[in-house]
Amino acid sequence: MRYYLIEASYFLASILFILGLRGLSHPETARRGMHLAEFGMLMAIIGTLMHQEIVSYEWIIAGLLLGSAIGTGIGLWVPMTAMPQRTAFSHAFGALAAALVGISEHSLHGASLSKFTMGALGFDVLLGSLTTTGSLVAFAKLQGMLPGRPMTYKGQNIFNLSLLGVIVLAFVILIFHPGAAPLFYLMAVLSLIFGVLLVLPIGSADMPVVIALLNAYAGLASAAIGFAISNNVLIIAGTLDGGSGLILSIVMCRAMNRSITAVLFGAFGKVSETSTTVTEGTMRVANIEDLAPQLKYARQVVFVPGYGMATAQAQHAVRELSTALEDAGVTVKFAIHPVAGRMPGHMNVLLAEANIPYSQLYELEQINPDFTATDVAVVVGANDVVNPDARDNSSSPISGMPILEVDRAKEVVVLKRGSGKGFSGLENPLFTKPNCAMLYGDAKESLTQLAQAVLKD
Amino acid sequence: MNSQAYIATVYLFMLAAFLGYQVISRVPSLLHTPLMSATNAISGISLVGSLVAAGAQHSTLSTTLGFIAVTCATTNVVGGFIITDRMLRMFKKKRTAASEEQKP
Repeated sequence: MRYYLIEASYFLASILFILGLRGLSHPETARRGMHLAEFGMLMAIIGTLMHQEIVSYEWIIAGLLLGSAIGTGIGLWVPMTAMPQRTAFSHAFGALAAALVGISEHSLHGASLSKFTMGALGFDVLLGSLTTTGSLVAFAKLQGMLPGRPMTYKGQNIFNLSLLGVIVLAFVILIFHPGAAPLFYLMAVLSLIFGVLLVLPIGSADMPVVIALLNAYAGLASAAIGFAISNNVLIIAGTLDGGSGLILSIVMCRAMNRSITAVLFGAFGKVSETSTTVTEGTMRVANIEDLAPQLKYARQVVFVPGYGMATAQAQHAVRELSTALEDAGVTVKFAIHPVAGRMPGHMNVLLAEANIPYSQLYELEQINPDFTATDVAVVVGANDVVNPDARDNSSSPISGMPILEVDRAKEVVVLKRGSGKGFSGLENPLFTKPNCAMLYGDAKESLTQLAQAVLKD
Repeated sequence: MNSQAYIATVYLFMLAAFLGYQVISRVPSLLHTPLMSATNAISGISLVGSLVAAGAQHSTLSTTLGFIAVTCATTNVVGGFIITDRMLRMFKKKRTAASEEQKP
């Protein structure tokens, strides 16, 4: 009887998870979907607590309380601008949990494991360990604790691949000799090291792909645990998570015109840092007094946000300006590049936080034909995603990457902290085009001043 | 577990992968960040494994590892769902409707 109750709770949870994710296909059904998923999770936990193997509840209650406290803290107080770091951190936690369950299973059953179960456990511990440390490195890079540029050394790829080779070899031996505990722990430790080495050489600009990929790994590790302890809800939820991460990383790669292998082994940005062949043209500097009337009397203004908007916390200032313009009768749109920011959908969340309705946010394919009809395009802290070299210069390292074609607008204003380069370290010919003007300084301050100037006129 | 049951789980995995692909492809890029935190919270379902490890009292090692795993997974579940909801609450269709909602 108990068995059927537990299985029923898992069955219900599986259905609710799928319905919950289906809700995410539209912003209006999304919250209701998530409430279903939350209820499903609660059912699965209650079901598990009835498990006959559980004899003492002290550590369970302690863990549930501690985790809820930390989770509530993180959930309520992490600012929206820190969402990429938070996500990387939670991938580390999820992967660690999955890896630890695998290690615990192995420590209990060791030699008596079947080849199938050992294979699943090995897969879980391998992926779980490398995702834990890899996500922590990604977190440190996004948080600014480690430099965002790629960290490389000679022979890096060869060393990393040999290390992976050793890990896989250990894994294969373990399938035939599941009782070899020292080998099992060696595999776990080497995977931890491999996770660090895998993410260190990846630059900040590639973070959206890496985060999505780590998401996939964390999910697959959970699914592997499901195979090992033959738990269906774990397999389903883990596969959904893994699949979602995989789809997102493919979407991100396409948006950069790069393959996953190039992201993982290419150390993007390192090459261009050294090749500083500067083709300096003259840049026109804009000022607030001239710009404000130009914006106010425009018919259509398109804002193009980038990571710079997140670092300057300028999303609310963008809203102030856009509201002022709309009240003056200007059509205001927002153009979102899929890889703007440091994670998939980063810009959408920030603009939503600033109370900008999602009906004003446009994707790349939707907005690009619209730029010719745009009087002013305002680029807020974006660089590579508006670099016309990707379209025009076939020898550019970002050649073929789909861009937002702001240079087709009648006038472009680029808000920038200083005259430095973007994260890829590339020159941006947009800045020297005749229809482009630069507005240097803190984006938040510039935008606030612009909004005031528009309102005053 | 017999080999028939193993094969059944492989089928389950395959079907879940197909279904996941269909469902997740329909999520607009607008909601990709909430999607990521939602799937993260959902993958906290590894709790079902860690709860048993923490409560079964097989060995000190497995209890300790289970306790840490329960803590990590619960953090993800609770934090993930709270953050997802916080984000989704912010997505509004119209400006006017949004500002009215904020009035007390």
